[in-house]
Amino acid sequence: MALAAVLTVLAPFIGGLLSGVDRKLTARMQNRIGPPIIQPFYDLIKLWGKQSFITSSFQAILAFGYMAFAVVAFILLVLLQDLLVIVFMVSMADVCLILGSFNAKSPYSYLGGRRELLQMLSYEPIFILTAVSIFMVTGSFLVESILKLGFPLIFLLPGAFAALLVVFPVEARKSPFDISASHHAHQELVRGVFTEFSGFTLALIEFGHWFKLVLFLTLLTLFWTPHLWLGVILAFIFYFITIIVDNVFPRLTWPFMLKFVWTVGLILILGNLIALAILGVI
Amino acid sequence: MAKSRFKSPWILHFNCGSCNGCDIEILACLTPRFDVERFGMLHMGNPKHADILLVTGPANRRNARVLRNLYEQTPDPKVVVAVGTCACTGGMFHNCPNVLGGVDKVIPVDVYVPGCAARPEAIIDGVVLALKKLAEKKVEPVKAVGGR
Repeated sequence: MALAAVLTVLAPFIGGLLSGVDRKLTARMQNRIGPPIIQPFYDLIKLWGKQSFITSSFQAILAFGYMAFAVVAFILLVLLQDLLVIVFMVSMADVCLILGSFNAKSPYSYLGGRRELLQMLSYEPIFILTAVSIFMVTGSFLVESILKLGFPLIFLLPGAFAALLVVFPVEARKSPFDISASHHAHQELVRGVFTEFSGFTLALIEFGHWFKLVLFLTLLTLFWTPHLWLGVILAFIFYFITIIVDNVFPRLTWPFMLKFVWTVGLILILGNLIALAILGVI
Repeated sequence: MAKSRFKSPWILHFNCGSCNGCDIEILACLTPRFDVERFGMLHMGNPKHADILLVTGPANRRNARVLRNLYEQTPDPKVVVAVGTCACTGGMFHNCPNVLGGVDKVIPVDVYVPGCAARPEAIIDGVVLALKKLAEKKVEPVKAVGGR
């Protein structure tokens, strides 16, 4: 319980530092000096103090909802609760973001919102199937059951782990799957789903995004329990690889994203489950 | 708060019909040689996320409406930096029938960066001057804009 509280308090700091490291590393890869590592915190505080343009009070509530659902999902994870509920909380956060982007009469915001729906469509099945395969192996949807297993889950579910790595760039809004927010291509989408958020609503969304980032990395770490330190190190290594991929690959179209994530992700997870069934483990 | 405002200026660049000389110099600021991101500056495409409006080129009758619109869409606190001689006074275009003159004929300008084209060092200096004005400005927190 105390550990859960500490983790929840630390999560935004870890998430902010991770995005700071991301910006610094990206700059170094492009032979630039780059901003200080605490830059995302400056951005967040500045956005909080800035004037907000809100199209309706509902939009502000939705921005708050995005943050709240992300935080609740993370708290449920560190309290070792039900995986399915966590997955639904994460999707509720995204639904809030999409509804918020549909809340203004702006074509860019609309396009971003629709593309965010496509992103959800691509990673949601992978998340739910991962939860289901964990249920097949441990007999329970509770995160607690992974800890009670006594050996790393990765031995039984390497396919599910690999599938989560495939959807990680989609969830973290990284190239090649950064189709809804368009971090690097302002000429095409302006800012996609974030276009109509400004000031404190954007700050809330950014804060929620840090929580989601840490939540996802914690999910990757869970596959390595009881060797948590190994999981943490590997999660950071995978984050670093994602940054490299982000810098190397151009942004691709949404049909490619959907096809790639569904074929590779579903083959990995279902193949894993079928193999386990044939071997007689489940 | 004031420090964060100073540390994280997001920039919106608008070309009012300049010859592209100043625009190329602004883009040069983003390259590894000058790298303004080390000061936390980001080049935004969206006025609603911007703090600093970098305007190049003379204001003319055609784009004055767009310029005013962009200025109104930028949330407070905001500052406007006129980059290049044309943006400051109208420059070599000052007598043209369609040109109104400097950008300050349409929107209030905080910092003028002269030069034809303005050098990247001068642009960065101008933005840093603008930041000092930005940190002093007052804000009213929320503004409702027309929804659906």
